[in-house]
Amino acid sequence: MPYDFEQIVERIDQQKFWTFPGGVHPDGRKHLSNQTAIDTLPIPKQLVIPVKQHIGTAGTCLVAVGDSVLKGQTLTSSPHPFSVPVHAPTSGVVTAIEERTTAHPSGLPELCVVIEADGNDTWAPLSPISHYQEQPKSTLVSAICEAGIAGLGGAGFPTHIKSTARKKVEFLIINGVECEPYITADDRLMREFAWQIRQGIDIVRHLITPKVIIVAIEDNKPEAYNAMLQVCKDTPAIRVVQIPTKYPAGGEKQLIQVLTGREVPRTGLPADIGVMMFNVGTCYAVADAILHGKPLIRRVVTITGEAVQKPQNVWALIGTPIQHLLTQAQYQVKKQKQPTVIMGGPMMGFTLPSVDVPVVKITNCLLAPARKELNLQQRELACIRCSACADACPVSLLPQQMYWHSKALELDKAEEYNLFDCIECGACAYVCPSEIPLVHYYRKAKAQIRIQRDEKDKAEKSKQRFEARKARLEKEKQEREAKHQKAAAARKKATQQPAAAEESGAKDKVAAALARAKAKKAEQAQTSDESASEQSSPDNNKARVAAAIARAKAKKTGQSAPAETGQSDNTEDERKAKVAAAVARAKAKKAAATPASSAPENTEPSSADNDSREAQRKAKIAAAVAKAKAKKHAADETSSQTEEPNSEPVAPAQQEESAEAQRKAKIAAAVAKAKAKKQAADETSSQTEEPNSDPVAPAQQEESAEAQRKAKIAAAVAKAKAKKQAAQEPDDNAAQTDNEPASTAEEEDSPEAQRKAKIAAAVARAKARKVQREAQHNGSEDNE
Amino acid sequence: MKLVLSSSPHQHVQRRTDQVMRLVIYAMVPGVIAQLYFFGWGVLVQMIIALVTALVCESAIVALRKRQIGQALQDYSAVVTALLLAVSLPPLLPWWMTVIGTFFAIAVVKQLYGGLGFNLFNPAMAAYVMLLISFPAAMSSWLPPGELAAHAVTFSDVVSVIFSGYSSSGYDINQLRAGVDGVTMATPLDYVKTQLSQGYTYSEAIRHPQFTQSLWSSASLGWSAVALAYTLGGLVLIQQRIISWHIPVSLIAGVAVTATFLSMLNGDVYGSALFHCVNGAVLFGAFFIATDPVSASTTPRGRLIFGAAIGFWTVIIRTFGGYPDAIAFSVVIMNMAVPLIDYYTQPKVYGQKSPVKKTQGES
Repeated sequence: MPYDFEQIVERIDQQKFWTFPGGVHPDGRKHLSNQTAIDTLPIPKQLVIPVKQHIGTAGTCLVAVGDSVLKGQTLTSSPHPFSVPVHAPTSGVVTAIEERTTAHPSGLPELCVVIEADGNDTWAPLSPISHYQEQPKSTLVSAICEAGIAGLGGAGFPTHIKSTARKKVEFLIINGVECEPYITADDRLMREFAWQIRQGIDIVRHLITPKVIIVAIEDNKPEAYNAMLQVCKDTPAIRVVQIPTKYPAGGEKQLIQVLTGREVPRTGLPADIGVMMFNVGTCYAVADAILHGKPLIRRVVTITGEAVQKPQNVWALIGTPIQHLLTQAQYQVKKQKQPTVIMGGPMMGFTLPSVDVPVVKITNCLLAPARKELNLQQRELACIRCSACADACPVSLLPQQMYWHSKALELDKAEEYNLFDCIECGACAYVCPSEIPLVHYYRKAKAQIRIQRDEKDKAEKSKQRFEARKARLEKEKQEREAKHQKAAAARKKATQQPAAAEESGAKDKVAAALARAKAKKAEQAQTSDESASEQSSPDNNKARVAAAIARAKAKKTGQSAPAETGQSDNTEDERKAKVAAAVARAKAKKAAATPASSAPENTEPSSADNDSREAQRKAKIAAAVAKAKAKKHAADETSSQTEEPNSEPVAPAQQEESAEAQRKAKIAAAVAKAKAKKQAADETSSQTEEPNSDPVAPAQQEESAEAQRKAKIAAAVAKAKAKKQAAQEPDDNAAQTDNEPASTAEEEDSPEAQRKAKIAAAVARAKARKVQREAQHNGSEDNE
Repeated sequence: MKLVLSSSPHQHVQRRTDQVMRLVIYAMVPGVIAQLYFFGWGVLVQMIIALVTALVCESAIVALRKRQIGQALQDYSAVVTALLLAVSLPPLLPWWMTVIGTFFAIAVVKQLYGGLGFNLFNPAMAAYVMLLISFPAAMSSWLPPGELAAHAVTFSDVVSVIFSGYSSSGYDINQLRAGVDGVTMATPLDYVKTQLSQGYTYSEAIRHPQFTQSLWSSASLGWSAVALAYTLGGLVLIQQRIISWHIPVSLIAGVAVTATFLSMLNGDVYGSALFHCVNGAVLFGAFFIATDPVSASTTPRGRLIFGAAIGFWTVIIRTFGGYPDAIAFSVVIMNMAVPLIDYYTQPKVYGQKSPVKKTQGES
C-alpha cells in the first residue's frame, strides 16, 4: 500500500486529493433541477412494486390478490441472507401479482405486486428503535434488512450485508459526489435533510466502527457541502470534503482512489483495502428505518431535461409509474424528436421501454431530453484509433483495442485487454469522434463471453458425466463378460452331452425314418384298403392332420420369421422345423402304435420298440434343445455386443421380469402337466373299457406319452405367452436369463417361445434405439 | 406510450472525426504558405492534382465496395492524405507521378486494407516510398529555394513543366533547378551527403550558400523555415488535443539523441542534432506524419517507443543508407511494429497494482 492511514488523513485534512486517470467533464446541467425544494407527489392510483429491486435473491410473496395492505406492510420475505423485502408504499388492495415490464435495460418482465391505492395512506404499526446504541448490533442490522434497504447509489447492493462486514474498516466514505450530469437528487437531499443523513451516518458508524469518516461532495455543489459541513462540524471524526468535479469521480473505485490513493484489488472489495462506502441516500434511509421504523418505500427522484416544463426533485413512492412523475413535471413529448425517457443520467442511464414502468429503489433520475439536447441518434463512423477513449478511460483501459477485438468477436483478445475491468462509465464513448457506441460493444462482448463460459462449464460437466458413464459401462461390460464366460462353461458341459447323444441321434434319425415309413405304410394301407383297419383309421387320420398342421406351422414360421428377424432366424426355423418334425414323429408313432395295439401279436415287440423309441426321442429332443440353446447363445452374444449399452442399466430389472415370466411359465406348465396327467388317467380308465384294448400296458404307455406331449405343448404355449408378455416391455435381455437348466418339457418348448420373445425384444430394441437416436439428434441440435 | 431506446452514454462531446481532420488541414496552413514562398506555385499545383486524384479514387473504390460515398468523403481523411503527400513531393514532379502516388495511397494502402481506420501503413508515406523507389531522380528534383534560384519560375511555367516537362520559355526541369551559381542544386541533405561521400568534413559541407544564408549555420535556407512553420501548426494541434505530445517529442528526441551520439563519435563525418532536426522532413513528420492515429501506436508508452524509434531510424538511414532523407522509410518500418508495441505497452488497469490482501488497517 503506497500510503498509510496517517498520511492519507493528513492529506485529506489539507484538502489534497489524488486523482484517477482519464475522466471527462461533461456539461453538468444540474441547475435545471436543483433550484426548487423536493416536492411531494399526490398518491398515484396504482402502484407496481417489483418483487426484486436489489442485487441478490428475490423473496416470496406474503400477500395474495385481494388482500388489503397498509402503508409499510412487508410484501415479501426470504430466508436468504442476500435478500431484502419490499413494502407496500401506501395503503390499498392488492389487485394483481403478475409479470410486468420494469425499469431494467433488458425490458424483460418481472414479477410485480400491483396495489390499488385507497387514498387513506394508513400506516402499518411502526416499531422504531430508540437508543440504538444500547441495542445489539444484530438487532440493528436485521432492522436495516427488514426495512428493505439496498444501496440507493445505483447498484442496489443489500445494505445490511455491508453493515456486517467483519474486516477492519479504516475509512467510511459517505458518497455525495453525484458525478452524473443532470442528477440532483442527492444534492437536494443533502441540502434539505442533512441532519437525518448525519443521523444515518452515526448509525452506520456505530455498526462498522471506522477510524475516520469522509463525506465526499463534488465542488459543484457548494450548498450541499455547506449543509453537510454544518451538521458534521461537531464531530472531528467526520471530515466533509469537496473533491474536484470530474466524471466519474462518484464511482466507488474512483472515489476511493481520489480520497485515499488506494486501488481496490481487481478481484477484491473495498473492504480489502480498509474502505467502506455508503451513499447519502442510503444513510438517510438507514436513519428512517432505525429512528422512525419506516421501511424504504419512497426516494428522491430528479425529473429533468429540457423536454419537461418543470424540472424538479420529488419524493416518489416506490412503485409509482413514471408516467405519474412525468405528468407532475409537465413532460412535453413534442419537444423531442422521438419520445425518449432515460432512467438515470445521460452517461450511464438507460432508455425506458415505456412510461408505465415503476420507480424502483435505485431510480435516481428521469431524464427527458429535448430535440438537440443530447445526441441520441449516433452516426457511427470507422475508428481512426485516435485513442481519445484511452485518454478518457478512468480504469486505464485501451478502449480502441477492446472495441477492435469485440467487434471482430475475438473475445479472448478482448479479455486479454481487460474487458472485464470496464465499469461501463461511458467516458470513452462520450469522447469518441467517430460516435462509436463503445460501451454497447463491451456489454455485448461481455455477455457473449459469459455465455461462452456457461457453455464451457456445461461441456465440462457433460464430459465428466460421459467419462463416468464410460467407466460404468466398462465395468458392466466386464461383469457381463464374466457372466458369459460362466455361461460358456455351462454350454461346454451342455455340448458334451449332445456329443454323447450324437450317436444315438443318428440312431434316432433312423428310428424316426422307420416310424415315418411305418406311418406312411399305415396311411397307404388305410387309403388303399379302408375296410382293412377300420379301428385304426380315425387315429391315423388324427395323426395325419396333426402332422400336416405341424408342417404347415413350421412352414409358416419359416416364411414369416425371416421377414421379421432376418438371417439369425434361419437357424431358428430349422430348429422350429425340427421340433415340428419331432411332434409329427410323435404323432406318427402314436398312429403306428394304435394299429400295433389293434394287432395283438405285434404288441410285445412294438411296445418294446416304443420304449426304446421313446427314450431315443427324448435323447433327440435333449440334443435339439442343447443345440438350439447353443445357437441361441451365439445369437445372444452377437446381439448383446451390438446392443446399445444404454439399455444395460435397466437390464437387472428386466432380467427380474423375465425370470418372473419364466416362473409363471413354469407354473403354467406345471398346471398344464397336472391337467394332462389327469386327462391321461381318465383316458387310461376309459381305454380299459374298450374291447380291443387287451394289452393295457402299452396302450397306457402310449396314452400317457400322448398326454405328456399335450401337456408339453400346453406348457409351451403358456410359456410363450408369458415370455411374449415379458418381451412386450422394452426388454432386451429376456433371452439372456434362459440359460438355466429347466425341465425337458420347458426346454423343448422354450426355443419357440424364446424365439418369439427374441423377435419382440429385437423389435423393442430397434424402437428403443430409434428413440434414442432421435433423442441424441435432438440433443445435439439443442446444443447448437 | 412507446419510447425509443438507445445505448448509454447519451451525451457526447461535439467533436467529430471530420472536424479532427479539418483541424489537421488548418494546421498545415503555415507550413504550406512557407513552402509556397520558398518553392513556388508548384506546391499548390501538386496539392490540386493530388486532391482531385484522391477524391476520385476514394469515390470509385468506396462505390466498388458498395459503401456510402458521401460518408466516406465527408470524413476528410482522403483530403488529409492527399495534402500530406502533395507537400512531400518535389513541386515540379510530373503530374502523372503524383497521380500514381495518390492512387497508390488511397486505393492500395488505405482502401484495399479496409478503408479508414484499417490501414496498416501511413498512406501518404507508403506512397512516397513507392514513388521514391520507382522514380528516384524525379523524386529528388527539388527546386532551389526562391532566393537562390537562377530563374524566376512563374505560375504558368510551373503548370507547363508539370504537365509537359518544359516551361513556357523552353527550359526543362534540370535547367530550372540551377542555382545562382549555375550549378544544379541538390537538397541540403543530398548536398551534404554527397560532400561527405567525397571526403569533405561536415563543417566544410555546410559552407554552401544554402546554409550560410540562413538563420543558423547548420539550418538550410528555406527548408528550415518550412520545417519551423509546420512545427507551429503542430503545436496548435497539440494545444487543440488533436494529437498528443508523445510522438512528436519522442521522435525529435530520438533524432537528437542518435545524431548527438554519432557526432560525438566523429563530428567530421556525422551531422549535428540540429542539422538533422531542422533539415528535411523531421519536424513535418514528427507533427503531421508519425501522428497519424490510424497507423501509429495508441498506448502512451507505445507512442514514446514508436516516435523514438522513428527518430533513430531516420538518422541511421540518412547517415548510412542510400537516400538523403528517411522519414518515410522510418515511419513505414515502425508502422509494421505497431501491433507488437501496442500489445506489450498496455497500461496497468485500475486495481492491478494492489494485490488482494487478507486483512487491512493495522497501521
